[in-house]
Amino acid sequence: MIQLSLYKTLKTSDGDLPLDINFQINEGDFIILEGHSGAGKSTLLRLIAGLIKPERGFIKVNDNEWYNSLNNFFLPPQKRKIGFVFQDYSLFPNMTVLQNIEFALKNKKDTAHLKEIIDIMELEMFKNRYPETLSGGQRQRVALARAIVRRPSILLLDEPLSALDSGMRLKLQDFLLIAHRNLNLTTIMVSHDISEIFKMSNKVIRLSKGKIISEGAASNVFTQYYISGKFQFTGDILHIENSDVVNIVSVLIGNNIVKVIATLQESESLQPGDKVVIVSKAFNPLIIKLQKN
Amino acid sequence: MLDFHPLILSLELALITTCILFFISVPLAYFISENNFKLKPFVSAIISMPLVLPPTVLGFYLLIAFSPNHFPGNVLDKYFDLRLIFSFDGLVLASVIYSLPFMINPIQAGFESLPSLLKEASYTLGKSKFQTLIKILLPNIKSSLLTGIVLSFAHTIGEFGIVLMIGGNIPGKTRVASLAIYDQVESLNYHNANFYAMILFIVTFLILLAVYILNGKYLKSGRI
Repeated sequence: MIQLSLYKTLKTSDGDLPLDINFQINEGDFIILEGHSGAGKSTLLRLIAGLIKPERGFIKVNDNEWYNSLNNFFLPPQKRKIGFVFQDYSLFPNMTVLQNIEFALKNKKDTAHLKEIIDIMELEMFKNRYPETLSGGQRQRVALARAIVRRPSILLLDEPLSALDSGMRLKLQDFLLIAHRNLNLTTIMVSHDISEIFKMSNKVIRLSKGKIISEGAASNVFTQYYISGKFQFTGDILHIENSDVVNIVSVLIGNNIVKVIATLQESESLQPGDKVVIVSKAFNPLIIKLQKN
Repeated sequence: MLDFHPLILSLELALITTCILFFISVPLAYFISENNFKLKPFVSAIISMPLVLPPTVLGFYLLIAFSPNHFPGNVLDKYFDLRLIFSFDGLVLASVIYSLPFMINPIQAGFESLPSLLKEASYTLGKSKFQTLIKILLPNIKSSLLTGIVLSFAHTIGEFGIVLMIGGNIPGKTRVASLAIYDQVESLNYHNANFYAMILFIVTFLILLAVYILNGKYLKSGRI
């Protein structure tokens, strides 16, 4: 069980923001931290890793204390049993893939474990190559392998998949899940992707402005926002055009432009640039499969 | 008859100075780049002084300091039987001080150019600061290390004012190549002067050429 209570003042462009977080998670949990940028997600991971020092609070992992402000105890990052995967991979450019992973290995003779990790991440083929010759997805697999080869108590992942295309993203999600289960890891991952959150996590923690605003299973946390019998999209008004007795409003939703008819009265208060929600009741929507996963 | 001794002496001085400088500068540059302390601008200014100060100014103060009549020269003389003035040891110490910025500045710039995530990644893998320095940071600033080594070597070979002041131009002991050229010109032995000058010219060119070729390779490979 991991318990923590941390307080730290963050310096942001909008002034000081107090980060004040309490939660506890169980061994084997897959936690996803969700929230707007600047909510304090990355900082929270760095606090847990010991890369930055909180102002007060505590971190307890099983029966070991990692930080306690009451007796001024701070375990340096080297002594914490963590695996950390950074958004930009941070592989060591002077080492090959194999050397990168070996560098993290605690017991150099533990070659069976090394081989297991290389197999799980499917790195055998390019283990002698240097990071600069690898694609983004391959680099991220090396970074993951390097982080988990130490058998960490907690695996911390700072948006590890956000820079990848969707195919690679799905594949790496599977790699991560396999590693999480096979190696019995406790994982905390930052992500914005709703489908990723539903697929991976057994608990979501939503942060806003340095505080936890909700936590629980993904289906509970997101229900009030995302699950309903309606289709609901937010977008920006590009253009409003008059056509006899109605106005045709062009709205940009994602990369699609949708034309919506509005009465003159309805569109009175609208103008290009406004952010709007488009809601449609869908009584029997059709689900059509596009591609096999 | 050509005397090779000044050339050998120059080479010896440059080698020893460069070695000492390397082992002083790596920890010093690491410390300066890692820490933000109040005296940092002060320390940086002191280290960089030889870049702009006339060598004779530094030479003059070192001459005073090394002399057996002043501190700390008198203490060294009395208790350690070490007289730095007009000696090869004195030349080495003066060269180390004089070439310090040429070694420290590139190495410090190298450390500061590395993303801090590289360091943090190593810490999260359980590696100490020392292990991280040796295994991660230094191998990734090879080109800066090479630049520092070569610049200090070449700069020490090219020293004139300070070696003249401290060394006193004693044949076989402190007369390095740059001083020998001056001597030969003074006694109108242009042929000999040209010999020394040409060798320094070629050696310096070859060293710099090697650096640019090697650095080009490092940069091309993308492995820094």
